Amino acid sequence: MKWTWFHKLASPPHFYRLAGRLTPWFGWSALIVISAALYGGLVLAPPDYQQGDGFRIVYVHAPAAWMSLFTYVVMAVAAAVGLIWRIKLAHAVAASCAPIGASFTLIALVSGSLWGVPMWGTWWVWDARLTSELILLFLYLGYMALRSSIDDVQRADRAGAILAIVGVINVPIIHYSVEWWNSLHQTSTVMRGDGPAMPASMLTPLLMMFVGFKLYFGAVLLTRVRGEVLRRERNAAWIGEVLQK
Amino acid sequence: MSTPVQARTGAMAAAWLLFRRDMRLAMRRWEQIADPLVFFLMITTLFPLALSPELSLLRNVAPGVLWVAALLSSLLAADTLLKSDAADGTLEQCILSGQPLTLLLLAKTLAHWVLSGLPLVLVAPLVAVALGVPATALGVVMAGLLMGTMTLSLLGAIGAALTLGLRRGHLLLSLLVLPLAMPLLIFGARSTELAIAGENASGPLYLVAALMVLALTLAPLTTAAAARIGVE
Repeated sequence: MKWTWFHKLASPPHFYRLAGRLTPWFGWSALIVISAALYGGLVLAPPDYQQGDGFRIVYVHAPAAWMSLFTYVVMAVAAAVGLIWRIKLAHAVAASCAPIGASFTLIALVSGSLWGVPMWGTWWVWDARLTSELILLFLYLGYMALRSSIDDVQRADRAGAILAIVGVINVPIIHYSVEWWNSLHQTSTVMRGDGPAMPASMLTPLLMMFVGFKLYFGAVLLTRVRGEVLRRERNAAWIGEVLQK
Repeated sequence: MSTPVQARTGAMAAAWLLFRRDMRLAMRRWEQIADPLVFFLMITTLFPLALSPELSLLRNVAPGVLWVAALLSSLLAADTLLKSDAADGTLEQCILSGQPLTLLLLAKTLAHWVLSGLPLVLVAPLVAVALGVPATALGVVMAGLLMGTMTLSLLGAIGAALTLGLRRGHLLLSLLVLPLAMPLLIFGARSTELAIAGENASGPLYLVAALMVLALTLAPLTTAAAARIGVE
């Protein structure tokens, strides 16, 4: 079988070194791509015919919202891998995902709220997307609260994994139920005017921003997992060797 | 003849025994049943005091009040689902018994629902009438809450198993279960709302039923996995 790379990856010392080597690549490319996308989005892209310059919040808001869901899925998959194959490193990845995902969710909520003031005239609307994003934040907070209240790392890993898996089954149900609830209650339409028909000068920076956020996520995740590995393996012999170099 | 020990009692028989044991224990301690019920009645009493005694206004908020109160009192009750059994070692014996833990915990959850959820369903018409809900809507209110409280008990069991023996477990349980219960709240309250307006409420009721079936099939498995982690 060709699974040796997978088992090798799951070994903490190997992963620690590999992650240390990869982090700068992710970090610097994220910086470059995000700067380029910001320039494209804030300077080069024309103002929207309806929203003027206000639409530029989309360059932070949409990637953050997208990453908040993506991170949850990464967390749940890592948790499931850890639970099924009993790979400790996968649990470390899941544990590191939660604060990152919660931050992305918070950024999406705050930027959405700031966007709401000029566009909708209010800080908060019980819009379907906003509400399901808020519930996603609660799911992240619940996961982190559960982990932090269990002292034993292995128990925290496994209990957290079960919660993450239950959550990921529920995310689509929550999303569609909220959408359905909203479509029945809402009287005034508050959807954005631009729709999918975006000119390329607006769309390209947005797509670049998606890539940049992904790279940034990679860099932050690798850094956090390294920290997590150090904390978990603090009594292992290889830590001393690595740190003395 | 050397039969394996666990073959002497069938799995269904073991589950039935556990169900009867929980019922009998609860009958000896009435306050366990009364607490969620009193809580439910008190929350629903707060709303007329806080809003206005106007029945037309109360009728508008009645679906939300009924369902939020049911949700909160189910959460309150979920804390007691496994606590005493984990403390005195009964849960550990269930795990060691060789019987399918999923089935045993399903039996426990159903017993818990009969003791904490079913009483709510039975007093719900009284509360609903007091909130100005027309008599024609009471059937939908009860059907919705019957399935809804069952789903909440199953979700609460997951939360109870995950928070076994943790400090601030009770608060944590609410934080874990509330986001999972939101679809139920949406569909349940919607069915009541439609029924009050005199319209056909079968759509949201079917969705509540679907959530209940999903919870019935998947929640006991999850609860069992979480209980194994919690007890070791």
